[in-house]
This record gives sequence, structure tokens and C-alpha cells, in this order.
Amino acid sequence: MAVIELTNANFDEVVGSSDVPVLVDFWAPWCGPCRMLSPVVEEVAEEAEGFKVGKVNVEEFEDMAMKFGISNIPCLILFKEGKEAARSLGFIKKEQVLEFAKS
Amino acid sequence: MSKEYDVVIVGAGTAGLSAAIYTQRSGKSALVLERLSYGGQIINTPEVANYPGIAKISGFDFAQGLYDQATALGAEVVFEEVLSVERDGSDQIVTTDGGTYKAGAVILATGAKNRPLGMEHEEEWVGSGISYCATCDGMFFKGKEVAVAGGGNTALEDAIFLSDYCSKVYLIHRRNELRGEKHLQEVLRAKENVEFVLNVTMEELLGTDSLSGIVVKDKESGQLRQIDLSGLFIAIGQMPDNSRFAGLVSLDEGGYVKAGEDCTTSASGIFVAGDTRTKAVRQLTTAAADGAVAALAACAYLQTR
Repeated sequence: MAVIELTNANFDEVVGSSDVPVLVDFWAPWCGPCRMLSPVVEEVAEEAEGFKVGKVNVEEFEDMAMKFGISNIPCLILFKEGKEAARSLGFIKKEQVLEFAKS
Repeated sequence: MSKEYDVVIVGAGTAGLSAAIYTQRSGKSALVLERLSYGGQIINTPEVANYPGIAKISGFDFAQGLYDQATALGAEVVFEEVLSVERDGSDQIVTTDGGTYKAGAVILATGAKNRPLGMEHEEEWVGSGISYCATCDGMFFKGKEVAVAGGGNTALEDAIFLSDYCSKVYLIHRRNELRGEKHLQEVLRAKENVEFVLNVTMEELLGTDSLSGIVVKDKESGQLRQIDLSGLFIAIGQMPDNSRFAGLVSLDEGGYVKAGEDCTTSASGIFVAGDTRTKAVRQLTTAAADGAVAALAACAYLQTR
């Protein structure tokens, strides 16, 4: 499945009411490590089984970064039943992203 | 059976990928082994403006260009962490967390990682007020008071960058003088919201679950000063990560691989390139230059082996 572009408008619908965990990639175009991680997250999304993958551009949606208290990116958050279950900061490899998504 | 390459390169930063380009163009096969992501330190730099012949490029685009160039020439890049390099006759056996590879020559291009302050709560509060990448995380501190620790170019660039977003930026340095370029110092001195706190040592990181301030001590008077902060950006330099090669090649007291400008180490068949080598200047251009020198030295070595 492709990565879902999350916005203020669809976040609650996609993440809040999901019956499977949702892995969300908080990134920004000015952040080099984020641009390294995003293609890895895309690969993980293609292979995802039992979870969904979304991404938030925090340059566009600064308020979402504020809402989740994000002050370092790249930041991956795993949401379960709409609530934050785990957080990972910095670049990690594909296997680590997969492991994180299943944590 | 382990796969065989003429040259195995440890690290896919600027030095490693430059070495891969020169190895492939010499008609030899190159495998680049990388622990995390390709590109190395430069991906954290939003704008590179001192690489000869390129007026301006983002660090990410530069890294992507290097990677594309190396792989288009036939170099393989594999994301595995190198655990050891051992000699076997005239070959080198490279063991990673994913397998083993046989090489005629090895180039160590492991670069350097951010040097931590080594203070209590430092690691714990990364993401809660502490950052090693001002350009990644600066925006989250809009309108807030922050500090940059360090006195080199990175610290000065970080402070300049942050002064555009933050209400106040303290530049904290342990010496009276800054090491960074004069030009950057002048830019910084002209900023009204920047305060220099020089000749101090960092004594404490304050806070409960996240950073709320720091305590510094004046080296001359011994006086303590508390500075309330939302963010602390650490830019006190880099350190190498070569302990696993200590038995293979000679390291200096700082952990850098001992070698001259010819990039030849104490072990035959093992070469070194980039920031991880003993050298005076660690810049993008010197990393690229080392990659070329080490690759050509490795290719020459392969002929005599």
C-alpha cells in the first residue's frame, strides 16, 4: 500500500479510527535525514501487512508537530487505536522500521 | 561462499562514495558497506557553498548525486554494519552483521559521529530539548530561547540559522576565542538576539522530563550562571568510531586512523579516506580528495599483490 498523505483534515479519520496500527513519518523537506528515511518508509509501506503507513509534512502542518510534542525529526510514531504507542527518532534502516511498526 | 570484490569500502559518506567512483573507473569492482544511510554527515547541511565548482547545493542533493554516480558506474552499496576486517593470505575478509566478503584491498571511510557533551540526561533528552541537528530541528523552537554549544564552524552556522527563528540564542563555548571562520563570527556578532557566553564550562543540564535550562561556570571567576532554555543544540565537533579496527591498523590517541596524505595505513592492503584519517582539515573537498587518493592507491596495490 502507498503511504497516506496525512493532513489536519484527514488525520483523525485515518489514524484515529484505524483498527490496525498506523506508522506515521513526520518529516520536512529541509531535513536531510528525513529525505533519506522517507524512501525507506515508502518501501515498508509497500510491504506492510497488518499496519498502515502515513506521513506528515511538518513544514506544512506545523501544528501537528506541536500537537505531538515533536522537536526532532525524522520522527516515526506508531499509533495504536489512535494513541501514540511508540516513538523513534533519527534515521533507521528498513529492518528497524519494520520491527518498529510491529512493536 | 563469500562474495568477492577488488575493493571493499567501509562507509558510504563522501569519502567512501568518491573512492567507489574512482575504483569503478579504474576497472575494478567496489562494494560499499554502510551501517545506516548513504551520504554521511553532509546530509545534515542544508546548503553547501564551499565545494569548488558548485556554487550552491543542498547536502542531501550532493549525497544523492554521489550515490547515483557511484552506483551507475557499477559500485554496489549494501546496508550492513562491518564488524571486523581480517587478513587471509593476500586477501582481506570483511565480516558484517549480514555476511562475509572477500576483498583484495579495503578502504576505511568510517567518518566521524557527533561528539556528545557527556553529561547526565544528555542522551535521554534528545527529542525533549536536546538536538545535534539545528537545521533539522530549529523550526520547532520558533520564538523560544535556545543555546548552541561549540565554537567551530558548525556551531556558528547553527547559531546564525537559529537566530532567524528563535527569540534568543546563546553561544556557549569553553574558550575565550571561537575557532570558526571570521566571516561567520562577524555575521553572528551583528545579530541582536545572540549572546556570547565564552570561557565557560557546562556544569549541568536542568529539567525534569525535558530540558529547561543549563548551568555554566565561568572558568576565570568560578561563578555559576543559570540560563533558562527550551533547546540546546550540541555542536562540539566529531569523533571517530574505529575501535573495531584497533587491532588492524594504528590509531592515534583520538581514535583516528594514522595515515599521511597518501591514505596508506600501517597495514598493507588497508587504506583510509576522509574524516576518520589523521588530518588537519576535515571538509567535503578533503573527503572527496581522500576518496580518490585511497582508491587509486588501493588499485595500484592490487597490481603488485
